[in-house]
Amino acid sequence: MIELGRADDRFPPRLRAIFDPPRALYVRGAGELELLGRRAVAVVGARSCSPYGAQVARMVGRELAAVGLVVVSGLARGVDGEAHRGALDVGGLTVAVLGCGIDREYPASNAQLSRRIEEKGLVVSEYEPGVGPAPWRFPARNRIIAGLSEAVVVVEARERSGALITADFALEEGREVLAVPGEITSSLSSGTNALLKLGAAPLTATADVLDLLGIDPPAALDATVSEAAAQVLALVRDSACGADELTARSVLDAGALSVALTELELAGLVAATDGVYRAVTTR
Amino acid sequence: MLARAVTHALVGLDARRVEVEAHLQNGLPGLAIVGLADRACQEAKHRVRSGIASAQLEWPSRRITVNLAPAGLRKEGSGFDLPIALAILAASGQFPLERLAGHAAIGELGLDGRIRPVRGVLAAAEGARHAGFGRIVCAAESAGEAALAGVDPVAGRHLAEVVSYFRGEIDAPSVEPSANGSGPEEDDLDLADVRGQDRARRALELAATGGHNLLFAGPPGTGKSMLARRLPGILPPLTPEEALEVTRIYSVAGLLSPGRPLVRRRPFRMPHQSASVAAVVGGGPGPRPGEATLAHHGVLFLDELAEFQRPALEALRQPLEDGFVGIARAEGRAVFPARFQLVAAMNMCPCGGRGDPATECACSAQKLAAFREKLSRALLDRFDLVVAVPRPRAVELSGREVEESRPVRARVVAARERIRAGPLSRSPGATELLDRAVERLPLSGRGRARVARVAKTIAALAESDAVTEEHVAEGLAYRSPRELSA
Repeated sequence: MIELGRADDRFPPRLRAIFDPPRALYVRGAGELELLGRRAVAVVGARSCSPYGAQVARMVGRELAAVGLVVVSGLARGVDGEAHRGALDVGGLTVAVLGCGIDREYPASNAQLSRRIEEKGLVVSEYEPGVGPAPWRFPARNRIIAGLSEAVVVVEARERSGALITADFALEEGREVLAVPGEITSSLSSGTNALLKLGAAPLTATADVLDLLGIDPPAALDATVSEAAAQVLALVRDSACGADELTARSVLDAGALSVALTELELAGLVAATDGVYRAVTTR
Repeated sequence: MLARAVTHALVGLDARRVEVEAHLQNGLPGLAIVGLADRACQEAKHRVRSGIASAQLEWPSRRITVNLAPAGLRKEGSGFDLPIALAILAASGQFPLERLAGHAAIGELGLDGRIRPVRGVLAAAEGARHAGFGRIVCAAESAGEAALAGVDPVAGRHLAEVVSYFRGEIDAPSVEPSANGSGPEEDDLDLADVRGQDRARRALELAATGGHNLLFAGPPGTGKSMLARRLPGILPPLTPEEALEVTRIYSVAGLLSPGRPLVRRRPFRMPHQSASVAAVVGGGPGPRPGEATLAHHGVLFLDELAEFQRPALEALRQPLEDGFVGIARAEGRAVFPARFQLVAAMNMCPCGGRGDPATECACSAQKLAAFREKLSRALLDRFDLVVAVPRPRAVELSGREVEESRPVRARVVAARERIRAGPLSRSPGATELLDRAVERLPLSGRGRARVARVAKTIAALAESDAVTEEHVAEGLAYRSPRELSA
């Protein structure tokens, strides 16, 4: 564990530039300290997110990390955790900012994830070791997430979500804010849709973030899939649905459909949650 | 004056020879039963005395001692009534005692002298055959069961009838050999009743072919139990040896239906969620077989898997691994066969909202974690096939043709033949795909082995000579999803 004072040369400059930078940062993990100064994007959102939100978060995390950006988030359940996992999926770098001492395992359900992040990335906090989690520490933690990042992506947020606080901090510091559009009837999208109304950039593909940061998107690697799989992919892109509905709508039988779906899963084009298949890339 | 009759006591599924000795001597008239007899067995005194009186036979007014040897073996149940009565009658000279030779006896007596059936007659009759007895005296209702063991039943309806037989006054009373199914065999439930659910049906067929354990996960009301109940109908019929084994178990459990001694249908057992460890794997002082044993050569279906007590679920791990249950008791170890196929159904979360597009899951993270905690990784690892059954939308249920059980069963039987004929090779492409899946998907080494097993079954059903990439790809679709593990 390293304690990084504000005056330390290695203190991340972007974080030092915010209105009230923390007095010090406590850092844990095998990653280089210099990582905190690299180009980074925060991905935040609701803890109790929908399967759609979880998959978007994972996709964004994965695609950002794949072009070498550091994915910053808060290690919470839901969107935060999925964003970290996405980055880890492609062996990318990710930083978790905690609202408690870095020796605490909070939330306990993400303890395993936290260890995986530390293998290459970092876990940081402004609180001294031993400080427990408390509701009022999380908004303050959010200013660090925003402070470390050049842009903040809000995936799913209710109207009074902590993720919106992160977005506010980002706006105040002149960082980019993007929101993922959601269903207008879902309370889980009310916060993100409100952000869009206020003028946040909509994120309809990860390339939107890269555009704002002036990074060239990677050449679209057109995964070549079989004809049957392509047909199934088109159906899944229409709407997320279960395997039996796909059998009913395609010409495939149950066995052949399973073959096609596995092909798409392995190609990273489709993912399943609770038996419902969903397209995970926008391309 | 001493006479000896032979009967058999049950230890688990096995019969142990028990000699019933009756000794008459001078003294205060009375009857004492010795030799570790339990309560039901002690009460034999009263039934035997009334039964003998009702049969117009004489109750000796002597001091009667009945010994059940070996004296160290616990005897339970009412099957000793008949041999006790015969030993007493022979000892008091009411029929020639040498006529008892070559006969074993088992049955309960009514106060009117009627002979009632007891459980475990098949096992007792098999014990009698091994011990070299050619005939067994039993209730008329048990005659068919005894005959299955290859022993001639002396099917007595009444004690008086049996005594006449031993006096040589009549021939061995017999009953019409029941044709096993004088009544119509219960129809198996048919797969044609289930609409939609193509993937689950496919998984059911694979389970039937490869003998895989199968787990359905999905919101309530999606037809999970309906499908599971139809598995016995697509399994191949019991072989004669299997049928006899199952019959022995059902006989010991007292579950045989009268008039149909031989069990021909594959068992389907569906214990309630409140089942205790003893109810699931067997136990009790006896010990008696549990649901796992009653499902031997058949299907054990656990509906609402996560609602079962965790110890009861963990107790299933031994039979799933070894195919039998061992129960240790002071008198020795009883071993019950338990080679069953496990099918389970569960919701994806406590409220049942997950996997249902119409509702949202209202479970707190803690509740969800506790729910998943219930199912150990070790238990989930026993399921080769895991199928998420999300709630279908109305479109799917509309009139598409659905297949009946009969052709499915024919495919299953043919594929099983092919599996028996010899192992399938695996193409290099298939192995490569398995490796890639371990890398790309949340799939453990154990999960890989499960997928490989299922792929073999798929290949056998497809009448393929080798396991190809396509078979592995389909097998991967039935892997245990990330969401189910804690």
